Amino acid sequence: MTRMVWRRMLSSLFVGACAIAVLVALVPLAFVLFFVLSRGVQALNLDFFTHMPLPVGESGGGMANSIVGTLILTGLAALMAVPVGVMSGVYLSEFPGSRFTSIVRFAADTLNGVPSIVIGVFAYGVAVLPFRQFSALAGGLALGIMMIPIIARTTEELLLLVPGALREGALALGATRARAVFTVIVPAALPGIITGIVLALARVAGETAPLLFTSFNNRFFTTELTQPISSVTVQVFTYAISPYEDWQRQAWAGALVLVTIVFICSLMARLATSRVADMRGR
Amino acid sequence: MRSRDIGFRLSTGAFAFVLASIVVAIGFELSRQSMLSIQKFGFDFWRTSTWDPVAGQFGALPFIWGTLYSSILALLIATPVAIGIAVFISELCPRILRTPLVFLTELLAAIPSIVYGLWGIFVLVPAVRSLEIALPDSLRALPLFSGPPLGVGMLSAALILAVMVVPFTSTVAREVLRTVPLAQREAAYALGATQFEAIRAAIFYARTGIVGAVMLGFGRALGETMAVTMVIGNNPQVSASLFAPQYTMAAVIANEFTEAADELYLAALVEIGLVLFIITLVVNGLSRGLIWTMAGRKSGRAAA
Repeated sequence: MTRMVWRRMLSSLFVGACAIAVLVALVPLAFVLFFVLSRGVQALNLDFFTHMPLPVGESGGGMANSIVGTLILTGLAALMAVPVGVMSGVYLSEFPGSRFTSIVRFAADTLNGVPSIVIGVFAYGVAVLPFRQFSALAGGLALGIMMIPIIARTTEELLLLVPGALREGALALGATRARAVFTVIVPAALPGIITGIVLALARVAGETAPLLFTSFNNRFFTTELTQPISSVTVQVFTYAISPYEDWQRQAWAGALVLVTIVFICSLMARLATSRVADMRGR
Repeated sequence: MRSRDIGFRLSTGAFAFVLASIVVAIGFELSRQSMLSIQKFGFDFWRTSTWDPVAGQFGALPFIWGTLYSSILALLIATPVAIGIAVFISELCPRILRTPLVFLTELLAAIPSIVYGLWGIFVLVPAVRSLEIALPDSLRALPLFSGPPLGVGMLSAALILAVMVVPFTSTVAREVLRTVPLAQREAAYALGATQFEAIRAAIFYARTGIVGAVMLGFGRALGETMAVTMVIGNNPQVSASLFAPQYTMAAVIANEFTEAADELYLAALVEIGLVLFIITLVVNGLSRGLIWTMAGRKSGRAAA
């Protein structure tokens, strides 16, 4: 009987340990969110979005140039990654089973695991070194490469969720395969695909490492694609490691903006995927 | 297949080809750019620890040491926590808690590295410093805790990496646990197993996939850049001490790439990137293989 008691005790201990594991992981999350929120709110104001950075010693100023820079960089990345990613996803879902499909799927997962700093080194080699010039284009290239596998795999997964009857209906009406895919199947999965793209955008908008030596940084406002350009993340990094209190405050404000973007995108994705799951359950 | 459909296959296939060729292009470009350093130093690059750009001497041992040490420490901390979370969410928690908990772990994964780094500099490092100061002198004599209590160093880096790795490992471990057949658990309960014993059997059943999940976390930790760069202290030395400021492969690239004035210096940094690329390729490949064998293709996707 004592053995039974011991086993029950061990079991409760284990259940308790698992619950503690959850708390252990949520404590840092709470701490990070608390500090970003409390310090960020103190530093965030309208000037942050509309003003340019000021030199050391002058307090105030903002990150207008960096915000525009991040928008340009993620826009360039999307311009490159959405066609490649979505079309690759279509290929993966339409032609499963072939050898080439397995290779592409493996390549996508591999690319997804390549450290972002390595992708930055690659973009430097192909888009900075030959022109002897840091540029927004090089930064966009690095971010685009990071987005492609995410979009491809999300698209593939969502296209596979579309009920087979839809495809059969289109094909029975005499549609070609391309027509069935692009006028029936892709539109049916579109909300999910767009969610995937938004999530991928949110992820690369928070990237710093691949931008350090591709788009570099710029103290001035620019929309010139062949010039170095500022981004919120690189600017936060510059400010975070600076010794000036005013700059550090700006870094927290930038972090708050980044976390807010990520939070809203994740929430949107949650809502959208639960809708897709509903569709599947029906 | 109709001829019109062949056009469709070829055109979408062309985009898929672009995707696949990017991976090859990365390997090719990094090899090309690092050729100078590979030819000059050969294997000594990874065995020596003098990193002196002025003298043109490059030995990358401290960086590979720092990367492996910090990642392994992070795994030691993160793995039990991640498996605990996976078990709690998939086996134990009330239904109503499941969705919020999944959302929170996703959020943990989605917070940008730079934000963790900022938090690391201003919150974690001071906390670690006071912890290091509070450590009794008898323990300070151990090589594991030698050196001045700076706050920045291996311990801070491992802690922040652990926080960042937990959501990746736990998400995949959760997916893998979900593939364990229900009958397997029912059988365990029918034999009179306690909750712990039934779950232990499920974990044992899913062991291949769980090892895959841990390796996936390892791959993430190896390549993590910003947060580590900001707290590890960036000092190239091979030290076992948790208090010592050290350096990682990703961090040295981030810090020195724009300063690399001559070709050899740049090639040496690119070579570090090439090796990081190869290591993560192998680790991720192994991890995907394990997860796929365990759970079939679909759950491999969950890792993305």
